[in-house]
Amino acid sequence: MSRSDDRLLLANVSRRRFLMGLAGGSALVLAARWDMPLANEKAQFGAGAMPGGWVDDPNVFIHIDSDGTVTVVNNRAEMGQGIRTSLVLLAADELGADWDRVRVRQAEANQEKYGNQNTDGSRSMRHWYDPMRRAAAAARLMLEQAAASQWSVPLYEVRTDIHKVIHTPSGRELGFGELAEAARELEVPGRNDLVLKTDDELRFIGRESGYINGKLESAHPKAIEGVDIVTGKAIFGADVEVENPLYAVIARPPVYGGKVKSYDDSETLKVPGVEKTLEIEGAGQPAGFSPLGGVAVVATNTWAAIEGRKKLKIQWDNGPAGDNANYTSESYRQALEERAQLPGRVIRDRGNVEDALQTASKTVAATYYMPHMAQSPMEPMVATALVKNGEAEVWAPVQNPRATRDTVAGRLGMDREKVRVNVTLLGGGFGRKSKPDYAAEAASVALAFEGRPVRLQWTREDDIHHAYFHAVSVDHLEAGLDSDGKALAWRHRTLSPSIGSLFAPDPKHKGEFELGMGFNTMPFSIPAIRLENPPAPAHVRIGWFRSVYNLPHAWAIQSFAHEVSVAAGRDHRDYVLELLGPGREIHNLTVGDGWNYGEDPDMHPIDTGRMRAVVEKATESAGWGKELPEGRGMGLAFHHSFVSYTAIVFDVEVDDSGNVIIHRADIAFDCGRQANPERIRSQLEGACVMGIGIALMSEVTFKDGVAQQDNFDTYLLPRMPDAPREIHIHLMDRQDEPMGGVGEPGLPPVAPALCNAIYAATGKRIRRLPVGDQLKA
Amino acid sequence: MVTLNINGEQHELDVPDNMPLLWAIRDVVGMKGTKFGCGVSQCGACTVHLNGTAIRSCVTPVSAAKGEIKTIEAMADDPVGSKVQQAWLDLGVAQCGYCQGGQIMNATALLKKTPNPDTSEIIDAMAGNLCRCGTYNRILAAIERAAGAEDQA
Repeated sequence: MSRSDDRLLLANVSRRRFLMGLAGGSALVLAARWDMPLANEKAQFGAGAMPGGWVDDPNVFIHIDSDGTVTVVNNRAEMGQGIRTSLVLLAADELGADWDRVRVRQAEANQEKYGNQNTDGSRSMRHWYDPMRRAAAAARLMLEQAAASQWSVPLYEVRTDIHKVIHTPSGRELGFGELAEAARELEVPGRNDLVLKTDDELRFIGRESGYINGKLESAHPKAIEGVDIVTGKAIFGADVEVENPLYAVIARPPVYGGKVKSYDDSETLKVPGVEKTLEIEGAGQPAGFSPLGGVAVVATNTWAAIEGRKKLKIQWDNGPAGDNANYTSESYRQALEERAQLPGRVIRDRGNVEDALQTASKTVAATYYMPHMAQSPMEPMVATALVKNGEAEVWAPVQNPRATRDTVAGRLGMDREKVRVNVTLLGGGFGRKSKPDYAAEAASVALAFEGRPVRLQWTREDDIHHAYFHAVSVDHLEAGLDSDGKALAWRHRTLSPSIGSLFAPDPKHKGEFELGMGFNTMPFSIPAIRLENPPAPAHVRIGWFRSVYNLPHAWAIQSFAHEVSVAAGRDHRDYVLELLGPGREIHNLTVGDGWNYGEDPDMHPIDTGRMRAVVEKATESAGWGKELPEGRGMGLAFHHSFVSYTAIVFDVEVDDSGNVIIHRADIAFDCGRQANPERIRSQLEGACVMGIGIALMSEVTFKDGVAQQDNFDTYLLPRMPDAPREIHIHLMDRQDEPMGGVGEPGLPPVAPALCNAIYAATGKRIRRLPVGDQLKA
Repeated sequence: MVTLNINGEQHELDVPDNMPLLWAIRDVVGMKGTKFGCGVSQCGACTVHLNGTAIRSCVTPVSAAKGEIKTIEAMADDPVGSKVQQAWLDLGVAQCGYCQGGQIMNATALLKKTPNPDTSEIIDAMAGNLCRCGTYNRILAAIERAAGAEDQA
């Protein structure tokens, strides 16, 4: 057995990790066909199933200068999840690079070259961990080969240390920089010649560091753009330097589907700095990623454009908007609540729920509501476009570079190859920047100013009025209990407009990936289960919002499980552990889900044992069951999403004025193998705070099709006083399990855990979000 | 013409008196560290110092910006600002980073006025600065760390 075979075996003792690491049975085939993208291998799952698949060619991702500077290409969008730091960290660790001599270069949109770039679905690390480590391991081997060749010694006599290669017998050394040129000339080694570092050889990957539960425990590899961020030098969407730009804002139809009938810009053109107005054609319905249309005001600075827009007199034609012009949130909620009383499309059916409810000694029923929300990243949408000589260049903060490129190309009637999309840092994304409508708008305006770059800026009002809204939802649940309080029957009807309405005539029912977000995958072991999805029409653009339909599903299921435990007279934790049943693996197909977040169900079953473990960890750490002062209580919720497991316990006080004070959050999280625990913690802390906003304050309402909130004075987001006094995060040690998502799965259980804690503190049950002033006297 | 003194440099700008300082700094002077978040003094992303006081540049007309303006770009040379920046790096505060310039400006102004704030003073002072990534716990810890660092200096 050769050295490399031996090491590979050592590194891959776990069956799951072996499959994960080498993309299943295609490993040998791929090794012999180094240049073929996996997409050609018809992989069904994971990274291989994504458009463009994965790439692990070191020449694409890693460049070493003769001065020793290592540049790693980041192909994913950086929106605060830390992927630039974390992907570079993988490469630096596997390569053996000195952290202070590593740089990052952001990839432009080029799926053919860089593989899939759609930064969505909490996929970046779980899909790119293995390719990036292989790319770095290949680069390291090439450096070792170059050194061995230069010294005329056998390869097995050389090894890599930090940023250098050493000839072990003689102690001679050559730095990465000195070897770079020779290494670049070498053929890229085959995958089965690569030797990945074993866990005990790693310096960064999987190592806890930095700020842990309120204490700075150790130094950590600093964020790759950390210094730029704190000194104001980081380049976000609006910060790109272009020559002699124009600035534009657009007045869009207030009702989804509306159009410009006519407009008068005479006052607008009198505003100093305003150069021109032009009508932007809208795509109508469904809008997809295309602009909504409207009137653009173009000026020599952003403020002039904003002031000019205020003076436009526009007549809107709401005819094409149809029913959307009558869309009012309160009546829509009532209509969905009524519809929830009737049967709907059956999604999952086990046993006879009707009979079981009839014969139960006790029944419980509740209806839950979650409103529309806007993602509202702190950086409003912005894009800069230049159209020149039949080509276009765009600079924008986008989660989906490929869709941006294609949408802009379609808008301009150009071939994809004529459009270059440069991805800046994203000042937050949360799903909003998966939709590149703003880049297409910038391109449309730029087309009227050929040769001159145009920066299209969204204001906060634009963002809140024209989000791709998180779907409003009504969930109605009923349970039947026997005389011991044991659950015999569980019926759940879920109603939300579908994201499918964005791309096709409104399906009015949730699609497979929407139901698969915690609805049909509900893991409770109950004899009779019936899950239904009655229709709900869409009247605004509906889009992904961090963790998407997991939000209403977890909110309803986890609130209701608590209500049932109360009706049964049982401790909430003990009761839900019984509902989960003994640890077992649930294959998604057996519960009617054909999606499983795109992952292989053999590697990523829903494991109720892992679910139980996070529930136990969070409750233990929080001191579940201990005496608390009057007006204070603990609440629990848990959820499986993006093939990871999260449980949260809040310790909450509600004061005499009805203010919620969150003393502590305990979050137990199992995402399988961890790449960068420091950033996993930061994602969970952030999700906790965002979820508190969802629970307590954030809501966009509509009246006659028009969003009623304008800015952060009415669309409320959590602020520092709303954050928990302490957040304690408990990362489960599951290094042998394949990776799950990190960015999204922390969010779904937050709102139900908080509302369950409010119930424990006050006896007041929250069934309509946000809490708002429901606790005020 | 309007004259602005930004980070010790005089800038003569041909802009209307009522142009918000934010857009003068960003689009006319061309300094990009100060961010647009809301335009109505609700988020703090645009925070700068005017004569040492944290102000929202998005609602401050250039005509009112008389005196010494400091932006995030000047904080590395500021004894308090640089400590705040270092604390931010030590604790890994930033996620996306977009609001953090404004957070650091606000925190620095706080520590200049109140070198050893207690927790509730920090929370009160920072309540006007939104962070959608939800980094508040680390911001709070970083301000406490920076305040402690001043004691040691």
